[in-house]
Amino acid sequence: MALKRQLREKLRHRGGIVYCAIIYGVLFLPIAVIVANSFNATDTKPYMSWKGFTFDWYARLFSDKSLLSSFGNTMVLAIATTIIATVMGTIVAVGMYRYMFRGKGIIDGLLYIPVVIPEIVMGISLLVLFTSIHLPQGMPSLVIAHVTFCLPFVIFNVRARLDGYDQSLEEASMDLGANKLKTFFGVTLPMLAPGIAGGALLSFTLSIDDVVVSFFVNGQTMTFPLKVMQSIKSGVAPDVNALSTLILIATILLVVLTQSKMVPNLVSKLRNRRSRALRSQDCAGTLSVNLKEES
Amino acid sequence: MKLGSHEFRSNTLPAAITVIPAVAWLALFVAIPLVYILVMSFCSIDEYYNVTLQLTLGNYENLLNPSYVQIYVQSLVIAALSTIICLVLGYPFAYLISRTFKEHKIILYMLVIIPFWTNSLIRIYGWRTFLGASGFLNTALMSLHVVNEPVDFLFNQGATILGMTYDLFPFMVLPLYTAIEKLDESQIEASSDLGARGLATLFKVVVPQTVSGIFSGCIMVFIPSLGAFYISDILGGGNSDVIGNLIQRQFQSGNNWPLGAALSIILIAITLLLVKVYQRSGGDMESLGV
Repeated sequence: MALKRQLREKLRHRGGIVYCAIIYGVLFLPIAVIVANSFNATDTKPYMSWKGFTFDWYARLFSDKSLLSSFGNTMVLAIATTIIATVMGTIVAVGMYRYMFRGKGIIDGLLYIPVVIPEIVMGISLLVLFTSIHLPQGMPSLVIAHVTFCLPFVIFNVRARLDGYDQSLEEASMDLGANKLKTFFGVTLPMLAPGIAGGALLSFTLSIDDVVVSFFVNGQTMTFPLKVMQSIKSGVAPDVNALSTLILIATILLVVLTQSKMVPNLVSKLRNRRSRALRSQDCAGTLSVNLKEES
Repeated sequence: MKLGSHEFRSNTLPAAITVIPAVAWLALFVAIPLVYILVMSFCSIDEYYNVTLQLTLGNYENLLNPSYVQIYVQSLVIAALSTIICLVLGYPFAYLISRTFKEHKIILYMLVIIPFWTNSLIRIYGWRTFLGASGFLNTALMSLHVVNEPVDFLFNQGATILGMTYDLFPFMVLPLYTAIEKLDESQIEASSDLGARGLATLFKVVVPQTVSGIFSGCIMVFIPSLGAFYISDILGGGNSDVIGNLIQRQFQSGNNWPLGAALSIILIAITLLLVKVYQRSGGDMESLGV
């Protein structure tokens, strides 16, 4: 009986591994296809059938001015969006946490709209607004649109951090003679740093990935995803795959290089979520989780 | 809140300075545009397709056009099937990576996130390269003589559902992961000690405790899949339009913006309805956020 049970456990474990492997396989399949096709020596549209191995597309990429400039636009847009959304979001999250005022519920409602509403509704509503106030469409309208859908995510991230926040440290800092500004930069900001970093990272990711909102408000400015979308009808040339492959390698390198920072950040983010749930039930548990987070 | 109240006075200024910029931003770029859309859905167009302020209910009457109704139904079916597939595949997966293989859970979690770093449009196009008539899969099948002619994997509803499921799968897994991770192990043990079989434990103990994760995952898959027009464009090839395709077409230059606005109001109404149901069932709005 015990042996049978053990065998069943083992089979279940094996089955679990196979199941996860299949899911990950499917998740990474199109990425593998993209990487493979960047070495495809085909020269005829729609650039799909395999014609042998070449590095040509990587060389051609650097002479494709419009593709490179669209990539440049995406980077400028993502960096501007991240800076504006992170600064504004952090300040308002701290303000909302610290001060009591009327209408907090309304602000919360406003924050959830960009999160739950389908992107296409956001895109067309901004298009209608920009058209009616005659805002020239291009980089400025793109930045406004991207900040709008990133802002709530920064606020939620910083707020999650504020939930487990020990105000007595600030009081101690003030008691020891630091002024408000010094306390903010010396005590408050470092404590919020993981939440702020998480919000910034999420903003950057959402911005470089966005297709739908940008599609409606870009004017003549091409971002990398829009450039790809434009060429889909005729077949996307593999230099796009080459660029995507390079971006993928760059992000993976970045993660590996900063791993000592990234993994603990992610861990603390996960713990943070768990600690929020725990707090209501078990104060001691939260304390130990928080202590672990700080270490 | 008397004017003389010391606390009130000392707080007003910093509260205003910190909160006003972001609130003004949200009012200007979230609330006002939605009001614009609502107003526009009652507007008319002149013979040059310019929007005029002549109020009408005509756009809403046009929504009942049978060819549109057919697309709403199709879109809801695609969204429902994508959500169900994501849930059925995602639940055991989330359970496995958060509990069964928990010693590796950070790496396993990261591996769900990493595909996000390649643009979703490009990943969807990767599927087209894989499944297309001259694509990788058909080339392989033909050279192995499994088939003599390319199989039509693309440009049908199934391909669109595949794309939606693929693109939105992580949005199902992440809330499930969080909910399952919080499960109380001792209850599962108690249930099996008391003689409950695996399935009984699953449906009487595990699932009820993770209902919040199931709900937020379903909302995060269902709502976006009504609007993700580029997925049905690339994989469905116009044979499996969703509501998003209808809206997108009306907002291309020289088309009927007021009709597109009315279509968007439908989408907003569906969203609000689902969110209300979610909140009624005890869902936490903030767990939709990350």
